[in-house]
This record gives sequence, structure tokens and C-alpha cells, in this order.
Amino acid sequence: MIGVLFDGLAYGSLLFLVSLGLSVQMGLMNFVNLAHGAFAMAGGFICVVAMSRFGVPFLAALPLAFVLTAAVGAVMERLLYRRLYGASHLDQVLFSIGLTFMAIAGATWIFGASQQPVRLPAFLRGQVHAAGIDFGVYRIFLLAVVAVLTLALAALIERTRFGAQVRAAVDDARAARGLGIEVDRVFTTAFALGSGLAGLGGALGIEVLGLDPVFPLKFMVYFLLVVVVGGAGTLRGPLLAAMILGVCDVAAKYYLPQAGAFTIYAVMVVLLLAFPAGLLGRRT
Amino acid sequence: MTPPAAGGLATGRWRWAELAFWLAPIACFFLFPGYRVLASQVLIIGLFAMSLDIVLGYAGILSLGHAAFFGLGAYTAGLLAAHGWGEPISGLAAGIVVAAIAGFLVSWLVVRGEDLARLMVTLGLALLLYEAANRAAWLTGGVDGLSGVTVSRIFGVFSFDLAGKTAFFYSYAVLFLLFLIARRLVNSPFGLSLRGIRENRARMPAIGAPVRQRLVAAFTVGAALAGAAGALLTQTTQFVGIDVLGFDRSADVLIMLVLGGTGRLYGALIGTAVFMVAHDYLAGINPVYWQFWLGLAMVAFVFFARGGILGALGALAARGGRRP
Repeated sequence: MIGVLFDGLAYGSLLFLVSLGLSVQMGLMNFVNLAHGAFAMAGGFICVVAMSRFGVPFLAALPLAFVLTAAVGAVMERLLYRRLYGASHLDQVLFSIGLTFMAIAGATWIFGASQQPVRLPAFLRGQVHAAGIDFGVYRIFLLAVVAVLTLALAALIERTRFGAQVRAAVDDARAARGLGIEVDRVFTTAFALGSGLAGLGGALGIEVLGLDPVFPLKFMVYFLLVVVVGGAGTLRGPLLAAMILGVCDVAAKYYLPQAGAFTIYAVMVVLLLAFPAGLLGRRT
Repeated sequence: MTPPAAGGLATGRWRWAELAFWLAPIACFFLFPGYRVLASQVLIIGLFAMSLDIVLGYAGILSLGHAAFFGLGAYTAGLLAAHGWGEPISGLAAGIVVAAIAGFLVSWLVVRGEDLARLMVTLGLALLLYEAANRAAWLTGGVDGLSGVTVSRIFGVFSFDLAGKTAFFYSYAVLFLLFLIARRLVNSPFGLSLRGIRENRARMPAIGAPVRQRLVAAFTVGAALAGAAGALLTQTTQFVGIDVLGFDRSADVLIMLVLGGTGRLYGALIGTAVFMVAHDYLAGINPVYWQFWLGLAMVAFVFFARGGILGALGALAARGGRRP
């Protein structure tokens, strides 16, 4: 029971890490980005390539995944995403599905369709035995990393000048622009940060979520769900939603394996109908 | 009584181009006998794209789960035929009815939200249905698909042959009939009010249009037509694969519709034809390439050709007309 809860929380923290960027894109730029999972996949592949081709240790490959994915995100934002901020949601959906298809086809072409293995360092493998229950060391590590990152992000949003600019732009981009905030630059930075976090989540998640070319489609719904249920543009909402989702999914797979993904989709539809504005959404 | 002044209300009179359009499939049937099976598929998926056009193109409801209704129609017709009720016309009607009922129920959940909520609810329900069909293997055959579908002769005369002659004319007839209904519908004041809601939802109640009922009606009609397309696919292929409910199908049909141009009915049919012929040609070379080029084409379309093929043609024609 506690073991399932623990695994669910670790899984949820991964979902949260990846979805955070999407939450920013939806809340800040009002952009429905179905290609967000592709950034997570990119981070995963960067990590795999860095480790297997260049012998980079796992702990060093993680920041590398973050930085490179963030760079890709910044470039994409400047070149493509930016032009569609004012476009209809249909255009955004088509654009991002197209991008996802290209990412899947590209990854299949380069890496093949199989699951990518990752070799964790010895100190992250194995189990810790406490109070009669086994805890996976890697999941403890995951939870710790995400907890530290969340606190850092909360500090960034609440305490820094950049955070204040982001909050102002989320509330009212026009008024923020009028006050002299360079909203465009805030958008690019936020987009890059979100992409980087997704890349980091993808790299951390190889062990838990797996990594293959259809990753962006397989988890697209989960990421979208975290944001929509949690309410876009906040930190606490997606965190809560990701944890609920993670625990529900792991519990469903553990207790009701014959129902498969059915349970999680049912939970999703119920949550969507019960909280149209998100769990902690702002009601405008 | 004089007809209402045509302020944006299409007269509904047939043009020569439309007649030519409807003769083209017949010509294909005789000119390319090797592609009759593909031609029937185009007609069926064209009907599916047309059903989405009513939901998205006219009513402006963004749906990422339209395959749910296609799959419901397909499984209804398939299960009936597999359990001894092989009569095709009633099987088709059953598919339409089941999909329409499901569409009516879902529509109440869909119309109340904004774009994002609609997208998520349709996507979620379609995934839920896919997973249900996947798990209920005793009923649907699961991932192996539903086999043993035996469809009897149409009107007791025309049996479904391997060469696909009957399948072609059956699909053609059903598509044409349902197209006539859809055409009548979108050219009616009802269709005009849908366009009004799409353009400005807040103002329509001010002129007395019941927004919610209209959207429910449009969504239900769209679901019913999608169910018809699904039932047709089952009956002409005598098989139901679980992919009829898959996300790829919802995404593909959206792409076909946008490729041809939304909100004109013909756009859906032309987009489907172009998409499926290109798919047949390119996926034969390498499926991965197909997915890549499809993705690139979608991105390019969003940036350069928002109105789709018909939109681009219309713009060309308008430019040509202005030239002295």
C-alpha cells in the first residue's frame, strides 16, 4: 500500500516535471502544444547518446539534457511557435501534431523503433529497506530531485524579478507590455525553461516511463491532463494533479491490471467534468 | 412565397463543377480498375471527414476524438453481422443510430467548455472507448480485430465481391445520399446559425439563436455521419480492426479535412482523396518517411495555406476574377 503510494508519487513527480513547461505555455502564451512530449523525448535521447557514445556519466548527462533541450526550445520558439501565439487553437493543434509526427519519424529513423536502455550508476540501483517496505533507490532520488527543483522554481517565480515579470505577463500580457516588461523575451525564456525541464524529465524518466520514438504520443494525454486538471499557469495546481494522476495510474496498474489504461482515462474524464476550470484554477 | 433574401444563405442550386465532381469517382472506377478498393476507401473516409466538417468546419467544435463515433458505427455493424444479422442497410442504420445516441450524450459535455476543454473531453472519451474495446476482447476481438463479419447481399441481389465493385457503388450511393442531406442542412437557416455561432458565440443569443441546442444538434449529426462511415467500412471490408477507434484515425481525419479546407463539405472530400492517394503512394515506399512528410506538410499548411486546397483555389479564382 505505502509502496504503491510511493511509486505513484515518484511517477507523478516525473509527470509534473515534464508538464510544467506545458503549463507555462498554456497559461502564459495560451498555446495548445501537443508536441511538448517531443521535447521530453529529445532530452531522453540526448541523455542516452551522451552516455553511450561519449561516456558521459549519468549525473552529468542530466544537466546536459536540460541545457540542450532548452536551447532547442528557445530556437523553436523564436522560429516557429512565436508566429502562432495569436492563431486559432486549431492551427496550434495541427502545427504541434505535425511537429510530433516529424519528431517520431526522425527518432525512428535515427534510433530505430525499439526501447532505449539506460544504465544507471550503481549507487542509484537497488532497494532500501525501511519499516518493512522496499523503496527503490532511484525513485527516492527522483523525488528528491523534483522536490529541490520545485522549491527552486517556486523561489524563482515568487522572489525574483523574472518571476514577477512572468506572473505579470500571465495575468495580463497587454498591461505588462505597457509597463515596459519585454513580454516577448519573457516568453522565450519561459519557453526555453519549460522545454529544458521537459528534457530533464525525459532523461530522468527513461528508467520509469521508458523511451522509444512514440513517447510523445504515448504520454501526450498525461501531460495535457496534468495541465488541464491542475489549471494552467500555476505551480501548485499541476503538482497536485500530477501526484493524483501518478498515484491513480500506479494503483490502477497494481490492483486492476486487467483494466489497463482504462482506469486512468476514466479518472481523467471524471476530473475534467468535475473541475472544468482545473483543481486550483483561477476563475475569471 | 419568395425564398428568404440570400444574405450569405447559399441558394442551394447545383453548379456544373459539382456535377463534374460527382462524376469523377465513376470515371475513376472505369479508368483505374486496379484502384477500386482504394476508391471505395476514399469515399468512406471522405464521408467521415465530411462528418467532422459539420462539427468543426460549421459548428467550430474542436474535436480530437471523432474516431469514437466512427468506431462505434463500425463495431455496431460488425457485431450485428458477426452474430447473424448480415443485412447491410439495416446494419448501416443501426451504426448511424448508435453513433448518434452516443454523439447526443457526449455533446452535452462538449458544448459547455472552451476549445481546450472540448479537445480534452473528446480526446479522453475516444481513448476511453479505445481502451474499453481493447479490454473487452470477448466481444470485440481486442487487438486481433473482429472477424467473422459476413454481410449478406444488398437488397438480396448484389453480393460483396472481392474485386470491390459492389463495395464501390454501395459506398458511392451512401456517400451521395448523406452528402445531399448534409448539403441541404448547411445551406438551411440552421447551417447559417451554426456559422454565426462559430464566428461569434456571444452575439448569437442576442438574435434569438439557441446556441446550446444548435451545437448539440450539429455534434449529433456529425456523430451520426461518422457512424455511417464506420459501418460502411465494416461492411465493405467485412472486418473491424481496433484502429477504427485509434487516435491516429482522429488525427488523420482532422488533417484530411484541413488539407481540403474546412466549412465547405467538398473540402473534406477533396482533402481525403489527396491525402489517401498520397498515403497509398508514399507509405508504400516507407511508412516512416510518410509520417515525416505528413508532419512537415501539416506545419507548412498552418503557416502558408490556412484555407486548405479549396481555400487556395478560391483565392486564385478571386485574383483571376479581379484581373482585367
